[in-house]
Amino acid sequence: MTTAAKPLPALPARVSRLGLVWRSLVGKKALMAATGIALFAFVLGHMLGNLQAFEGPARLNRYAELLRVEPALLWTVRLVVLAAALIHAIAGIQLWLARRSARPVAYRSYQPQVSTPASRTMIWSGFLILGFVVYHLLDLTFGVANPSFREGDVFHNLVASLGRAAASIFYVLAVAGLGVHLWHGLWSMFQSLGVSSRAYTPGIKRFAVAFAVILAVGFAAVPLAVLLGVIGG
Amino acid sequence: MRIVLEIWRQRDAKDPGRFVTYEVPDVNEHMSFLEMLDVLDRRLVERGEDPVAFDSDCREGICGTCGFLVDGVAHGPLRNATICQTHMRHFRDGQTLRLEPWRAAAFPVVKDLCVDRTALDRIIAAGGYVSVRTGSAPEANAILVPKTAADRAMEAAACIGCGACVAACPNASAALFTGAKATHLGVLPQGQPERPARALAMTAQARAEGFGHCTTIGECEAVCPAGIKLEVIARMNRDWLRATLARREEAEPVATVPRSSPMRFFEAEPPKVE
Amino acid sequence: MEVESRVTAPSGALDARVPPGPIETKWERRRFDLRLVNPANKRKYRIVVVGTGLAGGAAAASLGELGYEVLSFCFQDSPRRAHSIAAQGGINAAKNYQNDGDSVRRLFYDTVKGGDFRSREANVWRLAELSLAIIDQCAAQGVPFAREYGGALANRSFGGALVSRTFYARGQTGQQLLLGAYQALERQVAAGTVRQLPRTEMLDLVVVDGRARGIVFRDLVTGRIASAAADAVVLATGGYGNVFYLSTNARGSNATAIWRAHRKGAFFANPCYTQIHPTCIPRSGEYQSKLTLMSESLRNDGRVWVPRRAGDGRPPEQIPDGERDYYLERMYPTYGNLAPRDIASRAAKTVCDEGRGVGPGGLGVYLDFRDAFQRLGRKVMDERYGNLFEMYVRITGDDPHVSPMRIYPAVHYTMGGLWVDYDLMSTVPGLFVAGEANFSDHGANRLGASALMQGLADGYFVVPYTIGDYLAKGGLAKVDARHAAFRDAEREVAERTRRFLSIGGARPVDDFHRELGTLLWEECGMARSRESLTRALDRIPRIEAAFWKDLRVAGSGEELNQDLERAGRVADFLELAELLCLDALHRNESCGGHFRVEHQTPDGEAARDDANYAYVAAWEWKGQGNAPALHKEPLAFEAVHLAQRSYR
Ligand SMILES: Cc1cc2nc3c(=O)[nH]c(=O)nc-3n(C[C@H](O)[C@H](O)[C@H](O)COP(=O)(O)OP(=O)(O)OC[C@H]3O[C@@H](n4cnc5c(N)ncnc54)[C@H](O)[C@@H]3O)c2cc1C
Ligand code: HEM
Ligand code: HEM
Ligand code: SF4
Ligand code: F3S
Ligand code: FES
Repeated sequence: MTTAAKPLPALPARVSRLGLVWRSLVGKKALMAATGIALFAFVLGHMLGNLQAFEGPARLNRYAELLRVEPALLWTVRLVVLAAALIHAIAGIQLWLARRSARPVAYRSYQPQVSTPASRTMIWSGFLILGFVVYHLLDLTFGVANPSFREGDVFHNLVASLGRAAASIFYVLAVAGLGVHLWHGLWSMFQSLGVSSRAYTPGIKRFAVAFAVILAVGFAAVPLAVLLGVIGG
Repeated sequence: MRIVLEIWRQRDAKDPGRFVTYEVPDVNEHMSFLEMLDVLDRRLVERGEDPVAFDSDCREGICGTCGFLVDGVAHGPLRNATICQTHMRHFRDGQTLRLEPWRAAAFPVVKDLCVDRTALDRIIAAGGYVSVRTGSAPEANAILVPKTAADRAMEAAACIGCGACVAACPNASAALFTGAKATHLGVLPQGQPERPARALAMTAQARAEGFGHCTTIGECEAVCPAGIKLEVIARMNRDWLRATLARREEAEPVATVPRSSPMRFFEAEPPKVE
Repeated sequence: MEVESRVTAPSGALDARVPPGPIETKWERRRFDLRLVNPANKRKYRIVVVGTGLAGGAAAASLGELGYEVLSFCFQDSPRRAHSIAAQGGINAAKNYQNDGDSVRRLFYDTVKGGDFRSREANVWRLAELSLAIIDQCAAQGVPFAREYGGALANRSFGGALVSRTFYARGQTGQQLLLGAYQALERQVAAGTVRQLPRTEMLDLVVVDGRARGIVFRDLVTGRIASAAADAVVLATGGYGNVFYLSTNARGSNATAIWRAHRKGAFFANPCYTQIHPTCIPRSGEYQSKLTLMSESLRNDGRVWVPRRAGDGRPPEQIPDGERDYYLERMYPTYGNLAPRDIASRAAKTVCDEGRGVGPGGLGVYLDFRDAFQRLGRKVMDERYGNLFEMYVRITGDDPHVSPMRIYPAVHYTMGGLWVDYDLMSTVPGLFVAGEANFSDHGANRLGASALMQGLADGYFVVPYTIGDYLAKGGLAKVDARHAAFRDAEREVAERTRRFLSIGGARPVDDFHRELGTLLWEECGMARSRESLTRALDRIPRIEAAFWKDLRVAGSGEELNQDLERAGRVADFLELAELLCLDALHRNESCGGHFRVEHQTPDGEAARDDANYAYVAAWEWKGQGNAPALHKEPLAFEAVHLAQRSYR
């Protein structure tokens, strides 16, 4: 009848609905799922957009311009994605910290039985994506990290950057990381939102694997193509 | 057969603890794992050493008292079985096995392989029940329950409260245990009125106890002797979200059950003067 | 040696304070006569409830709900682990949902008859009456009982009854009923009315001015010995089957609480009434720590046999039919393999005593499904018994599909316990006893699926009312844990603990327990005789002496020390065993589970002696070394007529 000594975190008399979501582990996870969906939608669209690189400079640049004809829309999308990414990342990091305090003494030997490595490394695949996005923005959006950046000539910037083996390999690794992240994330998301059940789960898992692969391959195609000279060669 | 054991020895919650190696030279393959430990303890007693403390009671897989990790697997190698149901014939002669207690902030070690799982009781106390006063129940068949619902409820209610799910979860999450109770009562008509409040209260208590969150890793399901399925966690999350987003009134912050030590109460026994 | 020399002369008859009037209205009448406690005062009363099984859990939850201050003790690390959790088959109730002619009266009759006319009519009637409310209560709590497609509750039939009145939740009825009570209990813990003390063991009862005023217990984690003062004490500490060392009971089940209470003045009733279950998995070796029950239903399709030739070592498959002895079919042509529990058990013992038993130690008989497989096919058989076959494989490693099961009888339940009156109060005012711990409503033999019923009836519906009446009577002086009586009791307990640790002998506690258990099993098990019992009564004191001389307990008293816990329990078992055998020796008749070979009908049934033994034997502790005093509660049968129990 010994009892753990930690005091309970005091709950305020009244908190906002969002406050409750953010405080609760369940709520935070749901939030991660929701933001995950947004981010997923973005990367999906982004991937499709990127594939236009195969149809030559003109097509890709026109697409880039099209994106900019309606600045208001563009900026709302950017802000939504930015917000989603921030919330997602912060929540993820908080949960990761919470998880470590939940088991202060690690096992000497621990044998996973069924879990995928992806499920146990979400934070690391997450960090990889984060790091990539930062570099990626400096590279292709702000041009700072780009060897020869030409405002507005997306195709040129793309080829200029990914022509470098190192850069293009990093790109490929990063999107592989994204694939891993989503391989588990896209199914976990449904659990967090409480929509999976013995009837849906198998389908959901297939869905997750499928899109993880599609995204990884779809994204990787461009840097590889550039490297192999298929694009801009 | 001969079995070598590396067992976690820890005098009490304060002691840092260490692994100690023992050998049981004459293990019979028909022994249950715990009977093998009985033999070891008997030897230790005869040698005047402190026997290894481990919890057990029913020894047939239903009470949920036993449990520790064998070579990094909660309840040992046998699927859907507790360690008390695991017999030595599942091991090799000369095998070395490492026994480790459940490890979680919410499960302080009491001694050796015994841990304090009262946190699970408090999760139930927070809302894992149907509030019905003794003697005030309606005629049993007045509430018809579809067979499928009854079967689902039974599947979830089969949880034996052993804590293996927490032990196996990389996040030390009690989601499977909590979800099992939320599902057992959540699929039955009797459990509907308190369903939203229950989800909020039990998850809040789990958090207050220091259990981690669920990343859907799925190790819990793999080691659960009662075969509880991951879907119970989804169900609990669903109830929680509905309660929080759709029904403001239940979303009020819930007071969690205090972790008061019963013994402290006796030290502070109020003098009842004659 | 003669019985008389071991017994202090019987004194006046015991009064169970059964209310007057026709049996159908006794309980209603009693409830009306009960004094009530002013709701505002309830929280001023503290009640100690020892045990969190069906009886204790239900009582603590209900008392807390009524507003009393409740302290709930159990030795497991959680109340939910009480041994009730292991009950498989089901729980009886006279709902007559199957419309097969069941009724309160029929359940009452079956139970009295099943108990071989050694139970108290009025209690059994109340039990049958309350069975209805129990099912309502549990269903409302969300206990997932088996259902029919229409959504109504399903039933199965069970031993000793011709109607289908058993409610069940898969093979886990006890678990689900206990979780229902446990959840109700936790609800009260959250409400602050019940304080829960797991990992504590009651080591003494404290009596002040002749009334039960609390307990002394040991915090099993810190080893601290403390007292809990109260206005009333409820013991719901389960059965003492483990006095036989090996039984289907949980490892921790013990008699310490009731035995300590017995030493403090509570009479112990019918200790010799023990139930032995015919179909359990036999022991596989010395190291065996407990026995596992195999549902009796297996006997519907399995044929029981042993080799004709003693010491026939061949594997069963190689023994031709001609050389097999299907002894149940031979001895009891009418019932064959479905002969009643006690008969089947005794028959198995007989053939094994003839050296024809199979398996390690020759303590086992075959339960063979070969013919059933041929007749019904594997699929049908697995539908019926799949989970049991699985359980058997898991434990023994043998597959009943290929070779026959080996089974053997095992101690399962104890009908005896502390004597209680109609209000479930013991002979110590303020000490109430519920569940398997009291001498119960099952007489000399319990029917399947009726122990869960009794535990819940006592806990939910009897004790909470009758305790109120006791408290309302008043006259309770204010007493707290600093009272001298508590200090003395604490000192005794501490002293006893120190003694265990200081013997420093050579033999571990389980040695003595096993020796005692084996002795009881041999001399006071399925068949008892004047000779065997006298032998046992001479041996037990010697084992006890050796125990106090040669015991070795490791560790200290100031920590979790499971070895020390066991030592205390075995010490009490040793004392209880002596009374058990004495009671068996004094009861010079056969009835139900108590089978005296001197008293049997030509066809081997128990032959009662109603003229001389239609009473409850309640034993009074007269101090260490003194012969206990025998008190008798005469049993009158007005609603049912005494008859030779026969299932043929
Ligand atoms: C394998 C098996 C199957 C069964 N199947 C059925 C069935 O199908 N139908 C049926 O009707 N009956 C069945 N029974 C019988 C039935 O389960 C029991 O008789 C009943 O559950 C007893 O309940 P209880 O509350 O009286 O005691 P228990 O459930 O045994 O509870 C005893 C409690 O007392 C506590 N305790 C004991 N001593 C102390 C102490 N000194 N200090 C502190 N706490 C203490 C324990 O911690 C525990 O909480 C079965 C029994 C067994 C063994
Ligand atoms: C395009 C970018 C990203 C997408 C599409 C994405 C998608 C997802 C999805 C769908 C989940 C599952 C959520 C759930 O289980 O409910 C998830 C989980 C997670 N993500 Fe991301 N994510 C992205 C970027 C990131 C970043 C930048 C981080 C921050 C480091 C991160 C960290 C995590 C973590 C830690 C989890 C697991 C949460 C848990 O513990 O359960 N992710 N992600
Ligand atoms: C490896 C394949 C990828 C290629 C070839 C690629 C290409 C590009 C290009 C050309 C741009 C500039 C578009 C413009 O300025 O109009 C861009 C912007 C961007 N990319 Fe990628 N990208 C890839 C992968 C990713 C991934 C995996 C992510 C996220 C996880 C990502 C996130 C972004 C973001 C946030 C922007 C900024 C969009 C904006 O300007 O609002 N990209 N990408
Ligand atoms: S969910 Fe499974 S593993 Fe977890 S406590 Fe219940 S039975 Fe044990
Ligand atoms: S292992 Fe842990 S992360 Fe969730 S799915 Fe099981 S609780
Ligand atoms: S001891 Fe009861 S489940 Fe293992």
